[in-house]
Amino acid sequence: MNALTLAAEAAHPVPTPVLFLMVLMLASFVGLGVIRRVSPLLHTPLMSLTNAISAIAVVGAIIVAGGPDYPTWARVMGSIALFASMTNIISGFLITNRMLKMFKEKKP
Amino acid sequence: MSLYWTHIAYIIAAGLFVFSLHWMNTPRTARKSVIAGSLAMTVGVFATWFSPYVERTFETTSYILIPILLAIGPGIWLAKVPITAVPQRTALSHAFGGLAAGLVGTAKFFYWYNADAAAVAEAAQVVVSEPPERSLTHFRVIAIVFEVILGFLTFTGSLIAAGKLQEVKWVPQRPWVYRGQNFVNAVAFAGCLVLATILVMNPHHAVAPWLFGGVILLSLNFGWMLVMPIGGADMPTVIAILNSYAGLAAVAMGFVLDNPLLVVAGALDGASGLILSIIMCKAMNRSFTNVLFGAFGQVKAKAGAQEQKSYRSATPEEAAGILEVAQRVVIVPGYGMAVSQAQHKVRELYDALTKRGIDVRFAIHPVAGRMPGHMNVLLAEADIPYDRLVEMEDINPEMPQVDVALVIGANDVTNPAARHDTSSPIYGMPIIDTDKAQSVMVIKRSMNPGFAGIDNELYYLDKTLMLFGDAKGFVGEIVKALAGNSGH
Repeated sequence: MNALTLAAEAAHPVPTPVLFLMVLMLASFVGLGVIRRVSPLLHTPLMSLTNAISAIAVVGAIIVAGGPDYPTWARVMGSIALFASMTNIISGFLITNRMLKMFKEKKP
Repeated sequence: MSLYWTHIAYIIAAGLFVFSLHWMNTPRTARKSVIAGSLAMTVGVFATWFSPYVERTFETTSYILIPILLAIGPGIWLAKVPITAVPQRTALSHAFGGLAAGLVGTAKFFYWYNADAAAVAEAAQVVVSEPPERSLTHFRVIAIVFEVILGFLTFTGSLIAAGKLQEVKWVPQRPWVYRGQNFVNAVAFAGCLVLATILVMNPHHAVAPWLFGGVILLSLNFGWMLVMPIGGADMPTVIAILNSYAGLAAVAMGFVLDNPLLVVAGALDGASGLILSIIMCKAMNRSFTNVLFGAFGQVKAKAGAQEQKSYRSATPEEAAGILEVAQRVVIVPGYGMAVSQAQHKVRELYDALTKRGIDVRFAIHPVAGRMPGHMNVLLAEADIPYDRLVEMEDINPEMPQVDVALVIGANDVTNPAARHDTSSPIYGMPIIDTDKAQSVMVIKRSMNPGFAGIDNELYYLDKTLMLFGDAKGFVGEIVKALAGNSGH
């Protein structure tokens, strides 16, 4: 194998967007598979749980609020987004837990 | 912490999210899903905080810490709403999620736009310059545009949905429709897409910021226009759809920020919303497009010759007498039970009947209530064991052997017209086969039609007794009568 071939290989790394699309596809299938099996009994807590999970947007908000060299107006937007996401996280998990505590089996 | 470790932590968080949803399978493992989910979120947040993406100065810390502290109060308050308010809390939560996505996308767009402009200006100063590398690539703009459109339309759309559910005064409960509405909505959305396309093709143009502003405004506008024509009864599906939009906005954010955790978590949420909305649509036998654009309220119910149809009614004592001698009873709960907060009285009825050796179960229609699974949570709140709650497909085959079907606050989901009346707006919708039971009793405040605005054939059958009154009050009376009778 000569240097030319190695260089040619290095010139074609997998483009990041494509990798992400692969991840998206797999995550979607996993999501569909896992959610399908949730009992209809639990659809309401499922929705509040997925609410809380979608608040993963908090990560993006942290990056924008705290990233290096972001101007003030951007940080403010990030802070508002952080507030919104954090509220979702706290209320989402707490209310899901509260609802789940109510599901009791018949005492034998 | 290097980027490497940040992303390892992201992988762990993503795995925990998948476990979290997996454990929602059955009530026995469901509590673990909250533990896994909050753990995943904590890992994600700390991994980001300590990553090279964030500079940990005093200034940036305050931009991050202050919103977190401010969010604790509202977060806890929202978690304590009464169970009947869960649909609107959920819609409000979607609004917040959409807002966050829209804001982050906007910030990134302008950050990169300005960075590129500065890089270009700098390169122009050098005599021999090569074109500077642009941060705002076409791909990134496409991702940002997706994120911003989805985010802002989910924001306003969800606010309207929450308003309709909470029955806020200036948000009409009934579908808000006008001629040509679908056309206007389509044009508005097309306009938004046109601006977005121009923007994607010329992201560094001088007017790009204005185009971006236009996209934001049109998205905000489209959101509320989309949800306004949808009636309260269709809200379960709308909430599910908005749920998946919030997830898709997070996915788009992941593409913009090169963050796989966002993509995975967003996809999980998106998949969940999608499946729930498909279930809802099937349960109403209507397609997506029909729910979103069909303006349910517009279908003129056959204003047939209002022949004087007769119905029979009964008192609580008579109802108690009938229930007493039954062996199998099925209760069909609906939104009316929720509104009346009758679930605890229903529990007392359940106890009174079960003590007498009567088999009591609950028939749950998928779209009963204002949210998927709403009835289940209400009954669970009243401490009714969840093995007594039976889904529609499972209870229907057994209805002929049921002695008494007691309908509490449900209407359209019990209407036999759905089976055969092609002119009915609910035609084709799967229903609970209440009319197949040996006898039927319906608790209702009056003969007024429900959200479908149509008459329910069930009420005029010979085997049906109407029990007029507020659900909570009437059930309470039945319980008292049963207690009185047990003295005999």
